[in-house]
Amino acid sequence: MTNVTLTRRGDQARTAAGRLFGGGSGTVFALLLLICVVISFVNVTFFEPPSLMAFAKTVAPLVLLAIGQYFVIVSGELDLSVGSLVGAQVVIAARLIDGEESRTIPVLLLMIAFGALVGLINGLITTLLKVQSLITTLGMMLVLFGAVRLWTGGAPTGALSEAFRQPGRGGIDLPVVRQLPWALVILVVFVVAAIALMRSSYGKTLIATGDNERAAAYSGARVWQVRTTAFVLSSVMATFAAVLIGGFAGVTAQVGQGLEFSAITAVVLGGVVLGGGRGTVIGAMGGALTLQALFTLFNQLALPSTIRPAAQGVIIIAAVAYAARERSRPVASTEPALSRDSESRSTT
Amino acid sequence: MTQSVDVSQRPARSTWRLGPTELVFVALFAILAISAVLVGMRGSNLFSTGNLVDMLTRSSLLGFIAIGQTFAILCRSLDLSVGYVVALTSLIAATTMAGQADRIVLGVVAVLVISALIGLANGLIITVLKVNPFITTLGMGLIIKGYLDTQYQGPAGDVPREFQQFGYTRLGFLPLSTAVMLVIAVAGILFLRKSRTGYHMFAVGGNAEVARMSGIRTGRVMITAHVLCSLCAGMAGLLIAARFGTGSSLVYNSLYELDSIAAVVLGGTLLLGGRGGIAGTIGGVLILAVLDTVFNIMQVDPFFKDVLRGVIIIAAVAIYARRQLDRRARRDRFNGDGGGGGGAGRDDGGGGGSDPPVPPATPVPAGSGTARTAQGGDT
Repeated sequence: MTNVTLTRRGDQARTAAGRLFGGGSGTVFALLLLICVVISFVNVTFFEPPSLMAFAKTVAPLVLLAIGQYFVIVSGELDLSVGSLVGAQVVIAARLIDGEESRTIPVLLLMIAFGALVGLINGLITTLLKVQSLITTLGMMLVLFGAVRLWTGGAPTGALSEAFRQPGRGGIDLPVVRQLPWALVILVVFVVAAIALMRSSYGKTLIATGDNERAAAYSGARVWQVRTTAFVLSSVMATFAAVLIGGFAGVTAQVGQGLEFSAITAVVLGGVVLGGGRGTVIGAMGGALTLQALFTLFNQLALPSTIRPAAQGVIIIAAVAYAARERSRPVASTEPALSRDSESRSTT
Repeated sequence: MTQSVDVSQRPARSTWRLGPTELVFVALFAILAISAVLVGMRGSNLFSTGNLVDMLTRSSLLGFIAIGQTFAILCRSLDLSVGYVVALTSLIAATTMAGQADRIVLGVVAVLVISALIGLANGLIITVLKVNPFITTLGMGLIIKGYLDTQYQGPAGDVPREFQQFGYTRLGFLPLSTAVMLVIAVAGILFLRKSRTGYHMFAVGGNAEVARMSGIRTGRVMITAHVLCSLCAGMAGLLIAARFGTGSSLVYNSLYELDSIAAVVLGGTLLLGGRGGIAGTIGGVLILAVLDTVFNIMQVDPFFKDVLRGVIIIAAVAIYARRQLDRRARRDRFNGDGGGGGGAGRDDGGGGGSDPPVPPATPVPAGSGTARTAQGGDT
C-alpha cells in the first residue's frame, strides 16, 4: 500500500534528484566554486593533493554531522543534541578505553549502541509524547552535558587507544597524495550510503513526512517511525563524527561545543528548508564543504579566528533570505511545467 | 482573532479545568513545599532571609530575559540571540559609563537604543526577508559573538558605584533588581491583556495567516515583539553590569537563550505560539530559581542540576502537550473544526506556513486519521 500511494511522489523525487545532477543544486556548489577560486588566488598550494587530503580530514566530521542533521531537518524536526553527543561520546571512549588497544572494538560498538539509544529517546519523546523537537533535543543536550561530567567528575579522564585514533588521523600511504586519510574513505562510504538511502523508499517517505505530515500519514506512512528513525540516524552519524573528531583532535572538555549550530548552518546553507520537505542531502553535504572551505579561506587570509562566528551568522541569514526570495518570487502559474521547474530549483 | 477571543474567555474555562498558568504556580508551591521539607530535614530553613534573597536574586536576571522571550514565543517566533545581547549590552553599559556617575543615564540610554536596534533588525529580517526566526536570531547571535570575540578579550569598562546599587540594594528580603523585574512583568501582563498590540500578538501566534486576513499588520506585531524581547535582554545586560561592576563578553557562555526558552515553556506558553503569558513565565523562572537554590543548599553536584533541568523541561512540555491534545480533541468533537484544530498544531517551524492546508470542502471527522485516533483514545 505504501508503495502504490507514494509512487507519484516517488517519481517526482526521482526527477528532482535527476535535475540535481544536471546543475539544479547550483547555488551552494556555485558558492563553493567561488570560494575555491578565491583560495586559489590567495594560496595555490592548497590544491596540491596533500593539502587537499588534510582538508578532507578536517571537513569529514562536519559532513557526517550535516548528513545526520539533514535527515532530521528534512523530516520537519531539529536536532540540537548532536554537539553534546559528540562531546559525550569522545569522553565515554576515553574513559572506557583508557589506553588499552584490546578494548577499542567493544567500546566502538558500545558507542554506536549508545548513539542509537540517544536518537531513539529523542525520536520517541518527539513523536509519541508530542514534545517539540527543539525542546526534546535541548533537554537531551543538557542531560548529556551534565551526565557525562557527573560521570567523569568534571574533567575527561582516561585516554584513547592508538587504534581508535587511526580513523581520525591515520591513512593509507600512497605515492601521489602522500597519504589517503581513513576519514576520506569513511566519508565516501557514508556519502554514498546517504544518497542511496534518500533514493530508497524510506528517503522519499522522509521527505514526504517533512513536506506534509498529514498527507504522508493518510498515504500510509508511519510518521512516528519515519521521524524516530531520522533521529536515530542523526545520533549515529554524530557518533561516527565523534570517532573522527576524537582521533583527530584528542580529548578535551570543550570537544563538540557549538557543533550542532555548525551542522544546522551547513544544512541550511545547502538549501534545505527548516520545517522540512525541501532540499537534498547532496546540498547539505555541499553546505558543509562550503562552510569549511570558507573557514579555510579565512585562515589563508590570516583573519582572526574570532571572526568565524560572525561570518557564519551573516552566511546563514543570507542563505535563507536568498532561498526565501526564490520561493516567494511570483512564477508563471499558468505554465505548470515552468512553475514546477522553478520550484524544484529552489529546493536544491 | 479566535485566539484573542480565547484569551478573554480564559476565566470561564478555568472553572472546569486548571489553566496552564495556575498549573505552573501549583507546581511551584508543590516544589516549594517538598523543598522546604527536604531542606528542613537537613536542619536548615528554606525560607530564611538568606535563602529567600538567593532565590529572588537568581530569578531576576533570567526573569528579564524570559519576559522578553515570552513576547517572541507568543508570536510563534523565538530569540536565540538574547544571551549575546546580554553580553554585548553589559559591555556597552560598562564602557559608556566609564566609572563616572554622571554618565549613568547615557549608558542606560545607549544600551536601550542598541538593544532595540538589534530587535528591530531581527524583526525586519524575519518579516521582510522572510527568514525563519530560528535562523535569523541564531545568525544574529553568531554575528554579535564574532564581534565580541574580536573586540573584547576580557572584561572591559567600569560601572560607577551608584549604578552598582541596582545589583545589590535590597528592600527587606526583596532585591531591587527583582522588584524592577516584577514591575516590568506586571507592565508586560497589562500590555498583553489590555493593549491592542498585545491582543494582536496572541492572534499572530495562533495563526499568522488568519490574523493577516483579519486586518492585523502581522509584520509590525512581530517586529514589536522582537524589539521588546531585545529591550528586556538589554535590561538584563544592565543588571549584569551592575552586579559585576564591569562588562563581560563571557556572559554568553551561560546559554541564557536556552534557559529563557526553557523558563517560558515551563511557564505554559506554547512554543507554537498563541497561548500563554508572562505570569506563567515568571512561575517558570521561579521554579528554576527555587531548584537552583535548593540544590545549592543540599550541595547537589552542579552537573546533576543540568541533567535534572533537562529532564524537567522535557517532562513539563510532554505534560502540556498531553493536555493540549485533550483539549483539541474536545474542541473537534463539539465545534467540528477538525481542520482548524489540526492546522494550528502543525509544527512546520516557520512562520510562513507556505504549504496549503487541508481543503475545507472535505472536513476530516475527528478520530478518522491514524494520527487522530491515537489522540482520541486519550480522553
